[in-house]
Amino acid sequence: MAAALPLVLFVLLLLGPVGRGHAEPPRDSLREELVITPLPSGDVAATFQFRTRWDSELQREEGLSVLLKADRLFHTSYHSQAVHIRPVCRNARCTSVSWELRQTLSVVFDAFVTGQGKKDWSLFRMFSRTLTEPCPLASESRVYVDITGYNQDNETLEVTPPPTTTYQDVILGARKTYAVYDLLDTAVINNSRNLNLQLKWKSPPESEAPPVPFLHAQRYVSGYGLQNGKLNTLLYNTHPHRAFPVLLLDTVPWHLRLYVHTLTITSKGKDNKPSYVHYQPAQDRLQPHLLEMLIQLPANSATKVSIQFERALLKWTEYTPDPNHGFYVSPSVISALVPSTVAAKPVDWEESPLFKSLYPVSDSSSYFVRLYTEPLLVNLPTPDFSMPYNVICLTCTVVAVCYGSFYNLLTRTFHIEEPSTGGLAKRLANLIRRARGVPPL
Amino acid sequence: MVASSFLRKCLTTLAGLLLLSFGSLAASQIEDQTEQFFRSGHTNNWAVLVCTSRFWFNYRHVANTLSVYRSVKRLGIPDSHIVLMLADDMACNPRNPKPATVFSHKNMELNVYGDDVEVDYRSYEVTVENFLRVLTGRIPPSTPRSKRLLSDDRSNILIYMTGHGGNGFLKFQDSEEITNIELADAFEQMWQKRRYNELLFIIDTCQGASMYERFYSPNIMALASSQVGEDSLSHQPDPAIGVHLMDRYTFYVLEFLEEINPASQTNMNDLFQVCPKSLCVSTPGHRTDLFQRDPKNVLITDFFGSVRKVEITTETIRLQPDLGNMESRYKKEWMDEELMEPLKYAEQLPVAQIIHQDWSGHHRIFGIPGASKHFSVIMIPSNTLTFSEQSPLSWRARPQVEDHCR
Repeated sequence: MAAALPLVLFVLLLLGPVGRGHAEPPRDSLREELVITPLPSGDVAATFQFRTRWDSELQREEGLSVLLKADRLFHTSYHSQAVHIRPVCRNARCTSVSWELRQTLSVVFDAFVTGQGKKDWSLFRMFSRTLTEPCPLASESRVYVDITGYNQDNETLEVTPPPTTTYQDVILGARKTYAVYDLLDTAVINNSRNLNLQLKWKSPPESEAPPVPFLHAQRYVSGYGLQNGKLNTLLYNTHPHRAFPVLLLDTVPWHLRLYVHTLTITSKGKDNKPSYVHYQPAQDRLQPHLLEMLIQLPANSATKVSIQFERALLKWTEYTPDPNHGFYVSPSVISALVPSTVAAKPVDWEESPLFKSLYPVSDSSSYFVRLYTEPLLVNLPTPDFSMPYNVICLTCTVVAVCYGSFYNLLTRTFHIEEPSTGGLAKRLANLIRRARGVPPL
Repeated sequence: MVASSFLRKCLTTLAGLLLLSFGSLAASQIEDQTEQFFRSGHTNNWAVLVCTSRFWFNYRHVANTLSVYRSVKRLGIPDSHIVLMLADDMACNPRNPKPATVFSHKNMELNVYGDDVEVDYRSYEVTVENFLRVLTGRIPPSTPRSKRLLSDDRSNILIYMTGHGGNGFLKFQDSEEITNIELADAFEQMWQKRRYNELLFIIDTCQGASMYERFYSPNIMALASSQVGEDSLSHQPDPAIGVHLMDRYTFYVLEFLEEINPASQTNMNDLFQVCPKSLCVSTPGHRTDLFQRDPKNVLITDFFGSVRKVEITTETIRLQPDLGNMESRYKKEWMDEELMEPLKYAEQLPVAQIIHQDWSGHHRIFGIPGASKHFSVIMIPSNTLTFSEQSPLSWRARPQVEDHCR
């Protein structure tokens, strides 16, 4: 992309209780968060998170939701949405539960589209509107901007308005610094009721490749034709010296019939036996395949998990109206405890920002991450649905031409028909002709 | 004296008679006005808007339906009373150069997709079976409320359909058709189940008039964009988007509806004149023989808008008397939510044990010198719990080492 603009905007709206020492969260609390991360390529990744603990649903109309406008959000290179619902304890003994709903939206803005080639960005340029006021129902409403590496001086970049506080923590195994804007703080939303965060680069940032995460994955289908295929998942462990296990969960629809005896896992060219495999075969039209395995990824390697499959022929009513579009295979889920470079201390989850709890940490040496690979589109052998019409036309034509003419030949009788003698006019004409000496009609 | 008193009596009686007559005149005028107020007989409005075409080059059918949706919403029918069925997603189609928009006028003047569109049936759910189930009310009990047509015998329903059609049928999504006989029978079922007061059926397809030929239920008015044997044509292509944006008939209907506001007195006869042959190239048709009222007395807002009417009754209706009881019942249910025993974690897969067992049991090919042998079980933050059926972490079966399928 043009002009890498690392821009990480984390907007976190946290609604929390007033008293910091409050151990139990209030039953109804809404936390909003926006985290903006600049990517080295110049794109801007923005992640919205809304966490509510309700007993009933509430509508949000102010706060960060004003930034969620479809026409801007769909002009992005990438977007992803997630909804998490889980029960949480309402008291210490956990005898009653309430429900927590967490909604996440992540988008990556293309710098070329937003900034006309410049690396500077602002909320207005990205979302075509600014923040005016915090959501009145929110107990916390914050924006976090990732300024890791640039917070010591104002020589490389400048964030306006200047942040009141900064927040430092270990996220995803690396130490990061964020500029914090608390929308509930009256100093931030001043009289103009207009918060337009802007970032200007004073000196051009050195273009660097984005830091490669320790664990990333890719999935694709190989093979040719419409009968067989091979499902491949590539797991990359880029840590220089630590190996760690990952749990790979695959849910494959029943119409791709997996051959589990062809399951092969290769790391660095050699066979890698999984520590644990669980397979639940599919039943036609009832349940999909469930394949789960625990694989040890050696350090600094790429592991390839591949399994062959055969495509099934569906019943003709089961095809969608556009069967040549293909059928979707849901993504694989990869869960792992990734070792982190920096030791992080476990914190109280209620007080920490929402985006930190996306990657929970139980001990200081690793953090938990759950990845989803891309969904796949697989073509199944599709019958030609125009064939019934073609067959009817052809058969009727053949029957009409061949059998019809044969039938006519067999059943048609010929008989001679006397020509009619003609009427009065003809007799008169014949009289006149005889008189002239011309042969009669 | 007698004469004057007699005269006075006469005058008073005359005055009284005159007053009485004027009063009765005024009363009858008011009665006439109230009669007018109640003349349409409906108390609520519903709309069922169906686009039956799939694929990018049928953009105009989706734009047709969305523009009618927009007008109907603007004139007052709420989303809860609109069943919108779109067979394909044009706004988020990968071929749409302006994502999240559907335009009806070229040069992108009017975005009919808007910010708050609510599509009830989308993509593969728009089938003949679902459409007939919506109309007749024979819906599985798990259907959400927004997907139901909950009309009663005082509802005026607007049904708008667009797509590709022929003589006597309308094509749904390239794979099935609905015939005019099926549609007529569905409307008869609706009449017998008392699901509508009056029905306005508008269809914008080729040979659209064939679809209303077979109606036989009372109180139906139908409009079509073309007669049997004629094709309905599309309006204008947009060079930036690359497809035709609207069909002619619906384009001019939209222009007509843009001038209607909830208080306007325009009647159906104006709607019948909307697209003459010079503009539409096809001949729009209409059918009013099943309709009891005269079309010139039927307001556009009777079907397109949601003008609420109030019914005055002289009966006394007693509401729920005892609210105190309800409150105590509510509290009791609340208390019952307290569980008998505290919730706990679901069984987790013991990753550490498996790894350790694996390492001690097998001679691994890769000796990893720096790897830590202390892997902790994947933990969730301490003040939250997971139910065993709902957390993905508990999908793991118990580690049955002997069940390896290799």
